[in-house]
Amino acid sequence: MNWLAAVLPWAIGGLALAMLLATWRLLRGPTLPDRILALDTLYVNSMALLILVGLRFDTELYFEAALVIAMLGFVGTVALSKYLLRGDIVE
Amino acid sequence: MSELPFWIDVLAAVLVVVGVVFALVGSIGLAKLSDFLKRLHGPTKASTLGVGCVLIASMLYFAGTGRPALHELLISLFVFLTAPVSAHLLVKAAMRLDPRLRPPDPPAVTDVTSREPKRDAAR
Repeated sequence: MNWLAAVLPWAIGGLALAMLLATWRLLRGPTLPDRILALDTLYVNSMALLILVGLRFDTELYFEAALVIAMLGFVGTVALSKYLLRGDIVE
Repeated sequence: MSELPFWIDVLAAVLVVVGVVFALVGSIGLAKLSDFLKRLHGPTKASTLGVGCVLIASMLYFAGTGRPALHELLISLFVFLTAPVSAHLLVKAAMRLDPRLRPPDPPAVTDVTSREPKRDAAR
């Protein structure tokens, strides 16, 4: 019996559900920081989803994609928050 | 996937399930809670922990199949470093947009000089 292979489709489905909830908050969010927070959650969840897909297909190619998403997502969150905070990004 | 040792298989499966449950709880908190500062709690803690669990499971799997890699450690270190920074910046942005979110000042300490009248005189 292969436990990890049995668990992986359910885990990918659960992460997809989490991404759907974050997308709902992104589209609905009453204030701008809500939307930025939803984008933040969305990229963190998509990173976990990429790693699970890499486990599922038994390949290491997805780590680089997850790393790029992590770095660009952090930069995007900081830039958007800075824009709300100061009205300018690079001062 | 068949050459994986049994305990690595079970441990990686448990870690994947725990990580996905944490990420799901974080997103449910993001979707269902009522205030922005309450909503900030869910994703910034639970989702980060969920990603950490998934990354540890991935490290176990690739170490078990004979291809040990340190990419996952890099990603988890990066996520654990950057999540508090982005949460802090989000709170600052939210407090600038809506000053009512700022917590009230702590109660002022009154009569400092009258309790210790000789401190200034001794200097």
